[in-house]
Amino acid sequence: MTTITPTSSATAPARATTAPARRPRSSRTGLYVFLTAVAVCWLFPIAWALFNSFRDYAYTSEHGYASIGGFTFDNYINAWNQGDFGLHFWNSFVITVPAVVITLFLASCMAFVLARFSFRFNITLLGIFLSANLLPPQALLIPIYRLFRAIPVPEWLSSSGSLLNTHLGVIAINIAFQLGFCVFVLSNYMKTIPTEIYESARVDGASVFRQFWQLTLPLCRPPLAALATLQVTWVYNEFFWATVLLQSGDKFPITSSLNSLQGRFFTDYNLLSAGSVLAMLPVLVIFFVLQRHFVSGLTLGATKG
Amino acid sequence: MSGKVRTMSGADRVVVTLMVAVPTLVVLGLIWLPALGTVALSFTNWNGIGPLSSAKGVGFSNYVNVATNYPPFWPALQHNLIWLAALFIVATPIGMFLAVLLDRKIRFSPFYQSALYLPVVLSLALIGFVWQLLYSRDQGLINAVLGTQVDWYGNPDYNLWAAIVATSWKHVGYIMLLYLAGLKAVDGSLREAASIDGASERQAFFQVVFPVMRPINVIVLVVTVIESLRAFDLVWVINKGRNGLELIATLVTANVIGEASRIGFGSAMATIMLVISSVFVAIYVTVVVRESRQS
Repeated sequence: MTTITPTSSATAPARATTAPARRPRSSRTGLYVFLTAVAVCWLFPIAWALFNSFRDYAYTSEHGYASIGGFTFDNYINAWNQGDFGLHFWNSFVITVPAVVITLFLASCMAFVLARFSFRFNITLLGIFLSANLLPPQALLIPIYRLFRAIPVPEWLSSSGSLLNTHLGVIAINIAFQLGFCVFVLSNYMKTIPTEIYESARVDGASVFRQFWQLTLPLCRPPLAALATLQVTWVYNEFFWATVLLQSGDKFPITSSLNSLQGRFFTDYNLLSAGSVLAMLPVLVIFFVLQRHFVSGLTLGATKG
Repeated sequence: MSGKVRTMSGADRVVVTLMVAVPTLVVLGLIWLPALGTVALSFTNWNGIGPLSSAKGVGFSNYVNVATNYPPFWPALQHNLIWLAALFIVATPIGMFLAVLLDRKIRFSPFYQSALYLPVVLSLALIGFVWQLLYSRDQGLINAVLGTQVDWYGNPDYNLWAAIVATSWKHVGYIMLLYLAGLKAVDGSLREAASIDGASERQAFFQVVFPVMRPINVIVLVVTVIESLRAFDLVWVINKGRNGLELIATLVTANVIGEASRIGFGSAMATIMLVISSVFVAIYVTVVVRESRQS
């Protein structure tokens, strides 16, 4: 799900005025009715899950789901306990935070050199990074699986003695898959930083690393904030690698643990609803609180930062 | 861009080398080498149990086997194509259409946009769950409303379509966002000129705006193809890709982690996926890199 949107035309002043609406009023109303209907349809599946998550199972099985009443909070308590949400949220946290921090750090390093210095392989390297995150993960499964099984990891980090079945392995593969997009966005942004800043820093004798750490990174706060928001969402949502690389259920992050939830809850859909709502809480918080960063992250290439 | 590696001090040179080398090694080691490994393994008969040195080259026989001797392969390919066609013909145009509507100056536009892209922040695994509450045979809303007893996720006549509807729910919002960003960047004077020339809104869009947005149209096309090739999570959550929901990605996975692990065989299918996607990845990278260099 990582993509970049280029602009179609380079010169793009914000559209100051749109042509005055000469259309008849009735078609305007039609537009609002249509858009409202679409928006309601789009929100409905989530609203439905939310609604039923607060309802008693005994009540809905007696009156059917197309009814109102039987409200309770017990589903959340039961779902949390039976689904081991505490443990799985912790696992998600342990995977997501290091993966995002390391991805952003490595991507900044790479982007800095690509934007700041010209050498022969700039474009080639950018291509290698950019295309890597679009390859289908399933196609890499066999070699990654074997590779991780062959890499020894000290006993205190992994009971299996290898990278397989560890959070470390899942973190590593997430970093590899997310790097390309971040490198591309960051290097585009860094190219807009005027070179004069670096010249004076160089005259003052600042090393390359100090230029990077004290000049470039502070200037890159906007794209870093947007990318961090986006990356947290994507790594939290990552399903495939965590599912196949972690063999014991107690190591699963939330997204992968959903699958086992289904088995445990399959008769009680109100419990399933509550579990789904719990699992979507972190991304809903991102959606409501960090919406601006999320959207600008998705469309970063479009505005060039 | 000034700045040449040659004029740097020794310490700086080491730092710059590390800054490039570490990320590059991560991507080469964990993405590109495994990709090559998959291609190489697809030409061997390795069973995954003995040492790698025991593997023998078998030419294209894995591919021949996949095509002639493996019943789920052709249905899976067909499902992938249906998936792609549905996203391309229905979901993507809906997303574009909504973006065009929302790009005008209308009230509550932020609300409409938010409602449409809310599913974009959810994982496909979770989306599979949320829709199960609507699709379930005994407790789902759809059957309750229609008075039917269809197992939308279980019945092989319907389940592919049920999954495609659920995935479109997310895809439409995603395309809408991408396209909206593209539309916002279109020079406003272009449209004004068109409207002064007496073009209707529809004409202005199809004859002026749409052609200018060629790069973003390509991106949207490629995103749609890649997303449908990578479709996996949703189907895996539903039933691990069986009984009418076979996709290439689930067959590859099932052949590797399932009880009968057939490495060479699975790799052949994985290579087919790689080849198809690399065509589109190449288009994508070319367009994106070219665009970013123009500005």
